[in-house]
Amino acid sequence: MKTIRIGSGAGYGGDRIEPAIDLMERGNLDYIIFECLAERTIALAQLEKLSQPERGYNPLFEYRMEKILAALKKHPVRVITNMGAANPLSAARKARRMADQAGLSHLRIAAVTGDDVYPRLPEFWEQNTLETGGPLKNLQADLISANAYMGCAGIVQALEQGADIVITGRVADPALVLGPLVFEFGWSMDDWDKLGKGTLAGHLLECAGQVTGGYYCDPGIRDVPELWNLGFPLAEVGEDGSLTITKLPGTGGLVSEDTCKQQLIYELQDPARYYTPDCTADFQHVSMQQDGPDRVRISGATGHPHNGKLKVSAGYQDCWIGEGQISYGGHNALARARLAGEVVRRRLELTHCQLEELRIDHMGIDSLYGPALSQGAPVPVEVRLRVAGRTRCREEAEKVANEVEALYTNGPAGGGGAVKSVRRIVSVASILIPRDTVTPQITFC
Amino acid sequence: MKLYELAHSRTGDKGNISVISLIPYRAQDYALLKEKVTAQRVKEHFSSLVRGEVTRYELPELPAFNFVLEGALDGGVTRSLRVDMHGKTLGYALLEMEI
Repeated sequence: MKTIRIGSGAGYGGDRIEPAIDLMERGNLDYIIFECLAERTIALAQLEKLSQPERGYNPLFEYRMEKILAALKKHPVRVITNMGAANPLSAARKARRMADQAGLSHLRIAAVTGDDVYPRLPEFWEQNTLETGGPLKNLQADLISANAYMGCAGIVQALEQGADIVITGRVADPALVLGPLVFEFGWSMDDWDKLGKGTLAGHLLECAGQVTGGYYCDPGIRDVPELWNLGFPLAEVGEDGSLTITKLPGTGGLVSEDTCKQQLIYELQDPARYYTPDCTADFQHVSMQQDGPDRVRISGATGHPHNGKLKVSAGYQDCWIGEGQISYGGHNALARARLAGEVVRRRLELTHCQLEELRIDHMGIDSLYGPALSQGAPVPVEVRLRVAGRTRCREEAEKVANEVEALYTNGPAGGGGAVKSVRRIVSVASILIPRDTVTPQITFC
Repeated sequence: MKLYELAHSRTGDKGNISVISLIPYRAQDYALLKEKVTAQRVKEHFSSLVRGEVTRYELPELPAFNFVLEGALDGGVTRSLRVDMHGKTLGYALLEMEI
């Protein structure tokens, strides 16, 4: 039976490159994917593109591509990534120039576009967004971007046309893996069972190190060897959809039933209905079997027809958040931190700071779980005060940050290590649009 | 007994929803967890943090559970004022539950 080896080279936009290159060099891979888009990444990239029209792709794109191209000289692995973000065409042109300079002019580099539905938003003004509950048109003045989560069809077409490197904007994360599987095995786009199985492979790979022992280790309880040298995962996928997750020998980390279970459930809601553009995957009856050291066989996934909809994430300018932190230590530290928080709150009232929301936290005491769930915990020897305020404009957010810093000379005794920040907040609102609104386009560069 | 003695967990987020897995170390403890860690119990445990409904999904072959907590993140990762705006640390709060 034909089997494909797919590696995962990034689980988020800023991920490490060394484990990816190691996989390309020693993994005997057919494909490697780089998943680099979080929910609002494209909105932020679109802001960059507005000021610099040639940018708007992943900030580490050149850094990564230089190393990927060097590895491709000896190891012909096909590369699939959503690092194109808000500007896949520009990223692909950049990759073209870099490949030519590296003596790799034979490589075929494709951009997949079509996800950008910003110009078509007026068709959907009346739809209520999943996040705000109000109609999309209420956000009209603040909208930055709108991108549909596309399925794997564009990637499949690019591979059919001979692409060695495929650079997309927004596609559903598992599509980065499902695309090559559909292309290699000729799975029909209504073979829901196979699409569900391929989606499982994509889901397990999309966070890279999170399935090989990253984000899993708890010292003395769930130990993971050489966590500092965490290897990234590779999947062996059979034509029948059979799936084994493993990693390279000589790397740190762990592939066990438990590491795979954590990642299987990660960010699912109903495991029987994992909605993607290509199918509704069903992981409810998945089971795991250790099949040797750092090898886990995973079976039982299936799928059902897709729901005919695509999710669109629209980025919009939301609010400002001003934040400051300062630490107190030694005798009576918590009382001094509490007083410091009260001083900031009263100062913001006194100076008529226009706040939509204010939050005062005592880090080390109850900042993560709140007072009720933190009750009875021993008081530590040091406490860090954190104050965060939401405002409509920068000036008001600066007041929050500055009042925390001013605790140095005006607050309780012994405050140290103050930091402050003021952030423009870009948020995301989602709507569902008919699937046929979007058609992928392939451009070779 | 604390839940962390029997099970482990990973937390993810979607918008203002927190998604917390609960995975027994030993498969034979699945039935006990099914009886003790109900959606209602989890909702009460998190009542000071979570505004919406809690749903429990079962994955009997793993075995494991998935808890979906709505209105859990004060607005979600982009705009929450919480220190942990993703709610990534909430799984460990679940594991503090007494059973």
